[in-house]
Amino acid sequence: MVSTAIRRPSSRRSSTTRISSFFYRSIIALIAIVAGAPIIVATLALFVDTGDIWQHLLVHVLPEALKNTAWLVAMVAILTAILGVSLAWLVSVYEFGGRRFFNWALLLPMAMPAYVMAFAYSSLFEFTGPVQTFWRDILGNPFDFPDIGARWASIATLSLVLYPYVFLIVRGAFASQGLRSLEVAQSCGLSPIRGFVRVSLPMARPFIIAGVALAVMESLADFGTVKTFNYTTFTTAIYQAWYGLFSLNAALQLSLVLIAIIFVALVLERYLRGEAMYTSSGTHAVRGRIRLSRRYAWFASGFCGAVLLVAFLVPAALIVQWSAATFTGEFDQRYWQFAANSLMLATLAATLITVVALILAYAVRRDDGRFAALQARIATLGYAIPGTVLAVGFFVPVAALSRAMNDYFGWHGGETIALQGGLLVILLAYLSRYLAVAHSPVESALSRIKPGIEEASRGLGVSGLGMLRKVHMPILSPALITAALLVFVDIMKELPITLMTRPFGWDTLAVRIFQLTTEGEWQRAALPAVAIVLVGLLPIYLLNRQNENA
Amino acid sequence: MNTKLIVVACLLFLCAACGKNEDDSESANVATPVVVYSARAEQLIKPIFDAYTAATGVPIRYVTDSEQPLIQKLKAEGATTSADLLLTVDAGNLWYAADQDVLRPTYSEILDANIPLHLRDPDNAWFAMSVRARTIVYDTRLLKADDLLGYADLADEKWRGKLCLRTSAKVYNQSLVAMLISELGERETEIIVRGWVANLATEVFSNDTKLIQAIEAGQCQVGIVNTYYFGRLQKENADIPVAIYWPSAKTGGVHVNVSGAGVTRHAKNPDGAKALLEWMSQEAAQKLLGGDNMEYPANPAITPHPMVEGWGTFEASAMNVAQAGFYQADAVKLMDRAGYR
Repeated sequence: MVSTAIRRPSSRRSSTTRISSFFYRSIIALIAIVAGAPIIVATLALFVDTGDIWQHLLVHVLPEALKNTAWLVAMVAILTAILGVSLAWLVSVYEFGGRRFFNWALLLPMAMPAYVMAFAYSSLFEFTGPVQTFWRDILGNPFDFPDIGARWASIATLSLVLYPYVFLIVRGAFASQGLRSLEVAQSCGLSPIRGFVRVSLPMARPFIIAGVALAVMESLADFGTVKTFNYTTFTTAIYQAWYGLFSLNAALQLSLVLIAIIFVALVLERYLRGEAMYTSSGTHAVRGRIRLSRRYAWFASGFCGAVLLVAFLVPAALIVQWSAATFTGEFDQRYWQFAANSLMLATLAATLITVVALILAYAVRRDDGRFAALQARIATLGYAIPGTVLAVGFFVPVAALSRAMNDYFGWHGGETIALQGGLLVILLAYLSRYLAVAHSPVESALSRIKPGIEEASRGLGVSGLGMLRKVHMPILSPALITAALLVFVDIMKELPITLMTRPFGWDTLAVRIFQLTTEGEWQRAALPAVAIVLVGLLPIYLLNRQNENA
Repeated sequence: MNTKLIVVACLLFLCAACGKNEDDSESANVATPVVVYSARAEQLIKPIFDAYTAATGVPIRYVTDSEQPLIQKLKAEGATTSADLLLTVDAGNLWYAADQDVLRPTYSEILDANIPLHLRDPDNAWFAMSVRARTIVYDTRLLKADDLLGYADLADEKWRGKLCLRTSAKVYNQSLVAMLISELGERETEIIVRGWVANLATEVFSNDTKLIQAIEAGQCQVGIVNTYYFGRLQKENADIPVAIYWPSAKTGGVHVNVSGAGVTRHAKNPDGAKALLEWMSQEAAQKLLGGDNMEYPANPAITPHPMVEGWGTFEASAMNVAQAGFYQADAVKLMDRAGYR
């Protein structure tokens, strides 16, 4: 691939192009097949007759579920966009008290599993919780305590947990835009606010979309939060079809509807974006931030502090208190093993998935065909499928493959594939769910590299994967770090795939939470939850420092 | 820097792949281990497995997950499965596992003697190990046991605004309604469920503990819960102003559900699995199974936890618990129609 000779464009290009395009297409197809396996399984389920289940769901369940899901997704999209973009803008462009702290601390809510936050807040504010008890017993119930209801409770919880996706990705965009574009805007007579609206915001669009798309897909697939608040959504309908009506096929069919909606939305967004290019201004050095006047600085610190308080400090304080109360009964030596397993799986998966996402995004950019882009889309849709459905959708073909291999080679050891493959099965299953999480920031960062840079390096004789390594990687490294961090914290919290595909002895901290919560032992489950947050904190802090210095 | 990263990643993958070999050598010398897929939470089964290994020397390897994923996993693995025994909660899931043919019949005099007929599969595919009673709890400050009559009575107008229920998405309620369908038929059951919904004091709860706490806080006066959730709260506060009511046999008896186990269709060690099942039906394990979580032993010869005994005796519905699985889908649809969320 890498040719150091200066070549004339006419003589060798055609054959090289053909070989390299075959090479890239094979890579894309391989990734799409592995990561898209659950979607293929769901598509096959379309041909299975599921009796009168659809009829029933259409009449009694889906009207409400669809309405609720539309509310959830729309509001989470709006709120995560507002929170994520405004916070990212503040910490990237202005200087105010506590900015350096907020720069990484505002990522913390990401480390907390959404279902934990949901439970913490519902315990705090429900009728029997401390707030309402205080309201009735001490304040004498001046008027009935306002009930925000399941809808807004779910929306608020998911928005608070998911805004860091937008914050992290968009912050990277603002950083790489530099203040240069804003300076240009100001020199044209625009105020910082108008410069933000007219220049920076449009330039950050692919990043905002990337972050919001992740938040939307995650909330579509969410089961833990909506279950805690008893909010009927499309996902609860999927679980009802499977667990209640015993029809996995109906659940798979419903999941396919879910991803079809996402697919259309993403294609539509791409179409609306048109041919616009979002290349960067070329400078990465932040020249120095705008120092805010005293009053505005207080406002900025106050806003960041308030978000951090609600999205992290309050629920964290609650689970710390619970885990202190249950520590002696709950903590034992095995916790070190749980934490080590979590750390190992999250690190391995974050590495693997980021590398695959980079290869995929790069291959699609090089291939430039419609079909390649389509396959990349399919490979990254798994994120919107409810976790347990995806776990089964991935496990079924893998187990079938292993059965076939056993028959073919005449093995009769009788070991399940989850054991035969070591950690390979679980890591590939993670890949099929979280590829989108890594792909999103990498792809949007890649879209900002000018084609001119590639042409120039090709002129210097650097091409193919060599170009990826020498030219793209240095520019992309902040996005790669973002991608790895997002995947890492997601896998720390992951449950259904870990449960289904882990080999014996690979119980993680999240698995421990599952054991306790299935029996309603929420207070005891606070200890592993705190541990997840602590382990997730470390890479957030470290990688953020690196990002800051980069 | 990037090359280094890739090398490290490759090494880690190799590590991951060889992890499996260590396991193999470890278990070669002693008795063949029994491999269990368990939907019963780890903290509730590990003490039993540890006791079994201590008593017999047979090691047990287990992996936990929810009921449906485990059953689908068994189906997908087919003959390549490692699992010898499936342990799960809720009769509906046990019925479904038998229906999907992932279990094999087990014939054992010990199990026949220890586990009553209505607590096991008609074809011996699974056996109950513990019994969970889903009954009525009430506020002792406002009500007496005489005020209550049974599940159907909670649909009566006199309970308007006084009833608390857990979500219909929970399998315990699906089983309860399924049993009502099998006893009373769909029409009558739907009238009852509609009555319940009309009587609700507030939105349905996401778990039983919160429901009992709501009664304690005065949000409602009666509710339907599994007794061990009440037991846990009573353990923390002996003076809790909530008590258990047992519906009489005249009104159909108390609805019970089970946790149970069956030997898998493709078990590699079916004898080991059967021996474990038999051991679990006997006193030592039955005490542990009921005791820790304050459930009822499936073996009627074993007395439950003293606190559980203090709640008095009850007459369980005589229906085979497998009916809960047979009617579960109907029950779910019925609750949707009746507007029970």
